[in-house]
Amino acid sequence: MSGSVARRSTLPGFGLTMGLTLTWLSVIILIPLAGLFLKTFELSFDQFWGIITSRRTLSALRISFGLSFAAALVNLVMGTIIVWALVRYRFPGRRLFDAIVDIPFALPTAVAGVALTQLFAQKGWLGAPLAELGIKVSFTPIGIFVAMIFIGIPFVVRTVQPVLIDLDVEIEEAAASLGANRWHTVFRVILPSLIPALLTGFALAFARAVGEYGSVIFIAGNLPNVSEIAPLLIVIRLSEFRYADATAIAVVMLVASFLIIFAVNRLQRWAQTCIPAH
Amino acid sequence: MSQPQAWSVPADNVHTEPGLIRFAIVAIAILFLIVFVVLPLVVVFAQAFSKGVGAYFSALSDPEALSAIRLTLLVAAISVSLNLIFGVAAAWAIAKFDFTGKTFLITLIDLPFSVSPVISGLVFVLLFGAQGFWGPWLQAHNIHVLFAVPGIVLATIFVTFPFVARSLIPLMQEQGTQEEEAAISLGASGLQTFFRVTLPNIKWGLLYGVLLCNARAMGEFGAVSVVSGHIRGETNTMPLLVEILYNEYQFVSSFAIASLLAILALITLVVKTILERRLDEGHIPSDD
Repeated sequence: MSGSVARRSTLPGFGLTMGLTLTWLSVIILIPLAGLFLKTFELSFDQFWGIITSRRTLSALRISFGLSFAAALVNLVMGTIIVWALVRYRFPGRRLFDAIVDIPFALPTAVAGVALTQLFAQKGWLGAPLAELGIKVSFTPIGIFVAMIFIGIPFVVRTVQPVLIDLDVEIEEAAASLGANRWHTVFRVILPSLIPALLTGFALAFARAVGEYGSVIFIAGNLPNVSEIAPLLIVIRLSEFRYADATAIAVVMLVASFLIIFAVNRLQRWAQTCIPAH
Repeated sequence: MSQPQAWSVPADNVHTEPGLIRFAIVAIAILFLIVFVVLPLVVVFAQAFSKGVGAYFSALSDPEALSAIRLTLLVAAISVSLNLIFGVAAAWAIAKFDFTGKTFLITLIDLPFSVSPVISGLVFVLLFGAQGFWGPWLQAHNIHVLFAVPGIVLATIFVTFPFVARSLIPLMQEQGTQEEEAAISLGASGLQTFFRVTLPNIKWGLLYGVLLCNARAMGEFGAVSVVSGHIRGETNTMPLLVEILYNEYQFVSSFAIASLLAILALITLVVKTILERRLDEGHIPSDD
């Protein structure tokens, strides 16, 4: 990509645009986020620790992180299958299904929430047949899991798809001509070079599901300690005017998501150095 | 450019999986997308029209619905235009100049993407709420930020912050600075250079960013829900009204509003696909 040493630009407007950027960034993002951390410092460590280790908070965090992790795993597997089908095969409606993958990105979360709830409710199109099998989805933790799968799938597909498209077919042919069977080629040659993209997609889907609110709260049932996600607990604490509690939970979630972004950035750097450029 | 729509594999791919496995992979992919993505979308329209077309349109012409539509349009118009100005400025500074800390700045701009919507609302409650940092002062001066339109706008700007900058930075970096430098050396002013040289080059990318920014601004739920206070007819946006009506078991009304948002999402996707194709065409292959 680059490689040449960039020259000093002679273009005007650096001071103005940079000033505008930093001002807007501070007003909208940095000061409000700093306020969040400042609020936390009003708590003593024992108070903070007491809030985040209370049974209800711990349950909410466990539900949010645990189910998000499980949903991201499902997205990892299903996303890989979808990418493979979209990139490697030709089938009727391929381009339509390619576009459909973006719907969870585009559909407002509240709309997704009520639609999924209705779909999986006991009298819903999918809820009714599942109820006959004895599986209840809406208003249970399974519902949370389903909503998280819905919102996470585009992250894996859109991260892995360009990498698989760019993958050099010659490597596969080389592997095949050296006597590797298809199974070996796929699992020893192709999948390893997809690993950075797969992990990035997994992390993005996981991070999104952890913070997700709109598409989850309708289908969740929201029973404390059973199906109450951490973002909802923040909202509940706020409505009870327990700002400190809300803030403590928010800080734990924020730090967790910063760690995830950090991991994603490292992954991408690792991918750029380890995967040969094309 | 039409490709044969048949169960075949690309000609350059000599080695592929057995037919049965190919079929299974495609079937699983399609089935998954239908169950998890297509059906929820269909349910929205099925529910919205479950009591007929008349009920659908009377739900949409309800004063509460109209007020929510108006508020959503207002909030989106303000937040998209402000983020548009900021996004262009940020992209100009980042793409056209070299400075230390550029990567860090981009990370900061991306931050709202990784913050839970609920937390995006919470930070403004902590600043402007009754127990917040500036709450008492605002109350003394009778200024309403929280549970009012300014709070909703702030939260919306927060969550839609990265879209325009994000879609412009890679595009402008790729295009370099040569054309602009030529214009400047020929005596054009900075603004002339931007509007005559840069803007025509980035117009599709700019539209792309505005499109995604607008879709998110109109559809945002979590952040807005925290700061809005759900005052009927005053601080309810369309997504909030979907929630309220749904919780009141007014399913036709709830899904009627939801269907408008779903149509918005579908239009966004179609325009996005068109813009992506334009952007690909404008892509100059760089062999040097």
